[in-house]
Amino acid sequence: MTSTSWGAAEQKSPFASLTHIIKARETGIAIALIAVIVAATAVNPSFLFSNDGFRDLLLTPSLLMVTAVGVGVVIITRNVDLSVGSTVGLTAYMTGRMFIDFPGIQPVFVFLAGIALGGLLGLINGALVAFGKVPALVITLGTMYIYRGINVAWAGSDRINASDMPASFRELGTQEILRIPVLTIIAVVVLVIAAWYLKNLRSGRELYAIGSDPDAAHLYGLKVTRNVLAAFIVCGALAGMAGVLYAARYGTVSSNAGYGWELQAIGAAVIGGVAISGGVGTVWGAAIGAYLLLTINRALPIIGIQDFWQRAVVGILIIGAIVLDRVLAVRQHQRLVESREGAK
Amino acid sequence: MTDTVSDPATPALELSRVVKSFGPVVALRSGSLTLQKGSIHALIGENGAGKSTLVKIVAGLYRRDAGDFRLEGDPVDFHSTAQSKAAGIAVIYQEPTLFPDLSVTENIFMGRQPTGRLGRIDRKAMRQEATEIFERLGVRIDPDRLTEGLSIADQQIIEIAKAISLDARVLIMDEPTAALSGVEVERLFAVARQLRDEGRALVFISHRFDEVFELCDTVTVMRDGSYIDTMPIAETSVDDLVRLMVGRDVTEMFPKLEAEIGDDVLVVEGLNQKGVFKNISFSVRSGEIVGLAGLVGAGRSEVVRAIFGVDPYESGTVKVNGKVLPKDNPRAAMAEGVALVPEDRRKQGQVLDQSVALNITMAIRNRLAKAGLIWSSIENEAAAIWASRLEVKTAALDAEGGTLSGGNQQKVVLAKWLASNPKVLIIDEPTRGIDVGTKAEVHRLISKLAQEGLAILMISSELPEVLGMADRVLVMRAGEITGEFDRSEATPEAVMFAATAEEDVA
Repeated sequence: MTSTSWGAAEQKSPFASLTHIIKARETGIAIALIAVIVAATAVNPSFLFSNDGFRDLLLTPSLLMVTAVGVGVVIITRNVDLSVGSTVGLTAYMTGRMFIDFPGIQPVFVFLAGIALGGLLGLINGALVAFGKVPALVITLGTMYIYRGINVAWAGSDRINASDMPASFRELGTQEILRIPVLTIIAVVVLVIAAWYLKNLRSGRELYAIGSDPDAAHLYGLKVTRNVLAAFIVCGALAGMAGVLYAARYGTVSSNAGYGWELQAIGAAVIGGVAISGGVGTVWGAAIGAYLLLTINRALPIIGIQDFWQRAVVGILIIGAIVLDRVLAVRQHQRLVESREGAK
Repeated sequence: MTDTVSDPATPALELSRVVKSFGPVVALRSGSLTLQKGSIHALIGENGAGKSTLVKIVAGLYRRDAGDFRLEGDPVDFHSTAQSKAAGIAVIYQEPTLFPDLSVTENIFMGRQPTGRLGRIDRKAMRQEATEIFERLGVRIDPDRLTEGLSIADQQIIEIAKAISLDARVLIMDEPTAALSGVEVERLFAVARQLRDEGRALVFISHRFDEVFELCDTVTVMRDGSYIDTMPIAETSVDDLVRLMVGRDVTEMFPKLEAEIGDDVLVVEGLNQKGVFKNISFSVRSGEIVGLAGLVGAGRSEVVRAIFGVDPYESGTVKVNGKVLPKDNPRAAMAEGVALVPEDRRKQGQVLDQSVALNITMAIRNRLAKAGLIWSSIENEAAAIWASRLEVKTAALDAEGGTLSGGNQQKVVLAKWLASNPKVLIIDEPTRGIDVGTKAEVHRLISKLAQEGLAILMISSELPEVLGMADRVLVMRAGEITGEFDRSEATPEAVMFAATAEEDVA
């Protein structure tokens, strides 16, 4: 699903790329997503066909999607970022603070400041991981608490309210173009850029190489440290962006905004086929994974599954995705070995 | 400077008197190598002779401490693999290092893919070039498939394709044929000759003399980290090369004590594991040191791991004092008095971040326990006995195992097993990575243990060690025992032949 397909169409059967799309992991997740939507709509047609239903369907997962794309980039390099939830919270709070402390500030500056703060927090993660040679799991577990701690110390029991922010900014969270929410459009643009970068640029491919075998990447002379650093900065910046969008979407920001998002984002990436061991997967998968995760959460009560079971379903989804990956990997390995034998 | 580049007589690469040490261990004493263009140069020497260190310096993985390094006549100094690569040097390691999750083409071009507008990778051009290279090499590998699942031979071809796409002037192959079949070796040689005829300089590291004589035109011999000699292959013989490789006095360093040799303790009969080892039979008597010699990868570690029960075997029996050990059961082996000191002691032998005392008493913790608890006073008492017997130099028994020197770590691992009072002691590479002084101490210790009646099986890749220590030497090659020599018959030449010769397989 990463790189096997390219070029295949020019020599092999004209249907090769079609077959590839059908076989791709992302397609499977997308089908699962559609099935969930269809099932929920069959029980309650307003899930899809009411104005609100359609809007929520697109809007709710958009912010998680932006975060999951960032986390996906980091996971591809065989690292992980647990601090994104805290980054979302911190930037969301800063967004509100800026409107309060600098009345009349242009939303575009707030937007850029949020991305910059997120990027900075990502840089700290990346520097500790890349230069300190400490596993990302440990580093980002630490920064997850630190960033959240700073947020709590800064906000205290204080809360940003919708009235603190200008209407022009809050409209971002409600506006639609051709019935598509602006936030969703922003999220998709981010996704497309990230996907293009990972697929077509040298440094994007190097992220896959590093995740596939870090030692080999070193022997190849790839700039491992720089690339890992860049991946963390991108991840932080996207989480920062999600924080700004969070403020626009929800209007109220307390010190626990974005709480638990890191696990949802990692779950989304894993469900979408990004291998936790690195080197495999696409941000398309992570994005669709985010949609599936949150849409299932909304669909389960409608289908009549008790509240109690909803979290368990998410867990089953993640474990199912990993088991599926394992089975597919074993089958692929056998197939690749066989194709080698066949070539002789 | 530019004049020298075009001059075909200027050596492609020249190393002279290069030195490299790691702490107290000198890996390379004085390495020299001169490569001519359009030539295939063999680099031979025993394990530990410094070949790999030399290669890693050329590859930019290590930096030399001293000595001269020239490329096309110009002095160079590499800080990274990227620099050596940019200078036109390609190294193919024994185990190719490719990215399993990426396609063959991406593996060839990673980091320097052809790009078009916006820095976008030009996949078509990349694939085209990969296809052309494979055509030129006359091999059939699908450029679109993932590298996962490719044979070692195909992976090496991809490494070579990488070197060609780089237009590497110098290509170093570190034991490329170790894992290849006959047909694959022929294909590799054909490719190598083609590259030579294009004017590139190739280095071929191998233990197989027949291959060296078939493929190479010049040979450099190394021993003990030093350059020994370089000569045209046509003017030498296998006998000469073996003599140059091992030529030194081996007996004086090893204080072998006289031990009374008793009855068979460990008896191994017809041990088989498909693709790993075949028909392994031997015995070790009490008081006897049996050396297990052979090249790295001959299957020696696998055999002893199977005996100890940590690796599987399909058929055959292992007996200790007449009692058959069950398969796959290290506990049972330990209960019968078998102890294994593994090769990679950092990984397998001890718990580096625990105390020396805990490490020593690890194998006897059940015995030390009182009412299910282990008191630190008892632990320290037991540990102190062994630490002093083996002369472990440590600041304190509660110091962490990882803080000790390599030699002392090895003693701690030995102490751990000796504390369990074994009858059979199996030691895999007892002195790897240990400085010379400590080596002699470890040797004396092993010899003393044999004198006390232990049956000892010692794997060693260092020929002098095997010859100096062992009462009997078994030689393995490619998973089979190809030679057995008594102490009096075991000459370096005889053992080396049994370890490398393609024919005369018993």
